[in-house]
Amino acid sequence: MPLVVEKIENGTVIDHIPAGLGLKVLEILKIDRTYGARVALMMNVPSKKIGKKDIVKVEGKQLDEKAVNRIALVAPNATLNIIRKANVVEKKVVQLPKELLGVSKCPNPQCITNLEPIETIFRMENSKSSKYRCGFCEMAFEANELLL
Amino acid sequence: MEFVKDLISIRDLEKKHIDLILKKSSEMEQALKEKKKLSSLGGKVVATLFFEPSTRTRLSFQSAAMRLGAKVLSFENVGVSSIVKGETFSDTIRMVDGYSDLIVVRHANEGSARYAAQLADHPVINGGDGGNQHPTQTLLDMYTIKRAKKKIEGLNVTLLGDLKHARTMRSLMHGLGMYGANVTLIAPKGLEMSREVINEVKDRFGAKVEEKSKMDFSGADVLYLCRIQKERFSDQYEAEKVQKEFRITADAIKGVKDDLIIMHPLPKVDEVAPEVDQSKYAYYYEQARMGIPVRMAIMDSMVV
Repeated sequence: MPLVVEKIENGTVIDHIPAGLGLKVLEILKIDRTYGARVALMMNVPSKKIGKKDIVKVEGKQLDEKAVNRIALVAPNATLNIIRKANVVEKKVVQLPKELLGVSKCPNPQCITNLEPIETIFRMENSKSSKYRCGFCEMAFEANELLL
Repeated sequence: MEFVKDLISIRDLEKKHIDLILKKSSEMEQALKEKKKLSSLGGKVVATLFFEPSTRTRLSFQSAAMRLGAKVLSFENVGVSSIVKGETFSDTIRMVDGYSDLIVVRHANEGSARYAAQLADHPVINGGDGGNQHPTQTLLDMYTIKRAKKKIEGLNVTLLGDLKHARTMRSLMHGLGMYGANVTLIAPKGLEMSREVINEVKDRFGAKVEEKSKMDFSGADVLYLCRIQKERFSDQYEAEKVQKEFRITADAIKGVKDDLIIMHPLPKVDEVAPEVDQSKYAYYYEQARMGIPVRMAIMDSMVV
């Protein structure tokens, strides 16, 4: 039986999240039990594109660039649907950005950015890979390692 | 030609920058030989901030700065500075930036020199940041090789030892790859050079890199070794065994090329047998002496 979830009036729908990572997306969006508006998380939804997927619907949430970049790290092919008055007014596929400014902590505990109040910067190694190099300690990490 | 504003990582340098330092180092060496009085840093103050112990790098930077006419500011050890009162790294750098015209910094945390360069108006030179980079060591290594062999391209260079943790090896690998040397890596199991570093050098420069597990130096023009750190092993018996197996003795270098040079960033502990120190192959003391002309060339090339 298909799962029916009510439409949202204004907000964002994030589709094509790899199955199991929807909770991580909610964490990125800082949505917890104190968030007052409607939120739907659908997990393990069958998908023609990626087999199984998670979908997140959030009422009243507009994503800034940092949040979109964070989502790209865990769900590089996710689709963002901006909803206004119950209609999709904009649809875009998130993309791994060339540069991540202040988006993530450096996973290297010896990196100076973990000791001093420094805005981190990670640069994509090359357009073919999803590896990023820390602009300070110069260690390279997979995109999904940056949010662990 | 202009050099870089700050010298933080060998990865920031292009071949033209390294060529400039190799050429200028030779001129500095000649000037030292002729006892010429140099004054390109006359009236300037160079601060050497070593938050970690160092003998060669600190002393050679200080000597090089004085030989270019500069005065030197330094703390001998962190224990007598405000660091013990809890002063942050950033405050120390900001303060010293106001007292000096060029800062040389060594710190245990990776990325610290890059951060110092962001904070300071004056040029910053990385004297070693944790396990990351030691660019002036790489430049002096490359100068030593070029000086001894008249070229770097096409040479067979073997890197031996703890290739996983040694920042010297990582930086040198980059420089050798850039100049088209053929690199052979020999490391104990578990201490191999990271795949990421090897792939980067191959992808960026098309470098030839071979990995071996046996101590075979027959085709090598340069053998560069570094200390195998016993503290990296949980089993001390295993550490002793590995150290013995990878020790350079007279036997280990039987059958090598007649003009092989053995290099080492120093300090060495017991990875080289004393009889090798006396051999014609030992080049590490000569290498250490190159620290002065090369660091003079670097500071002379910076806009101070």
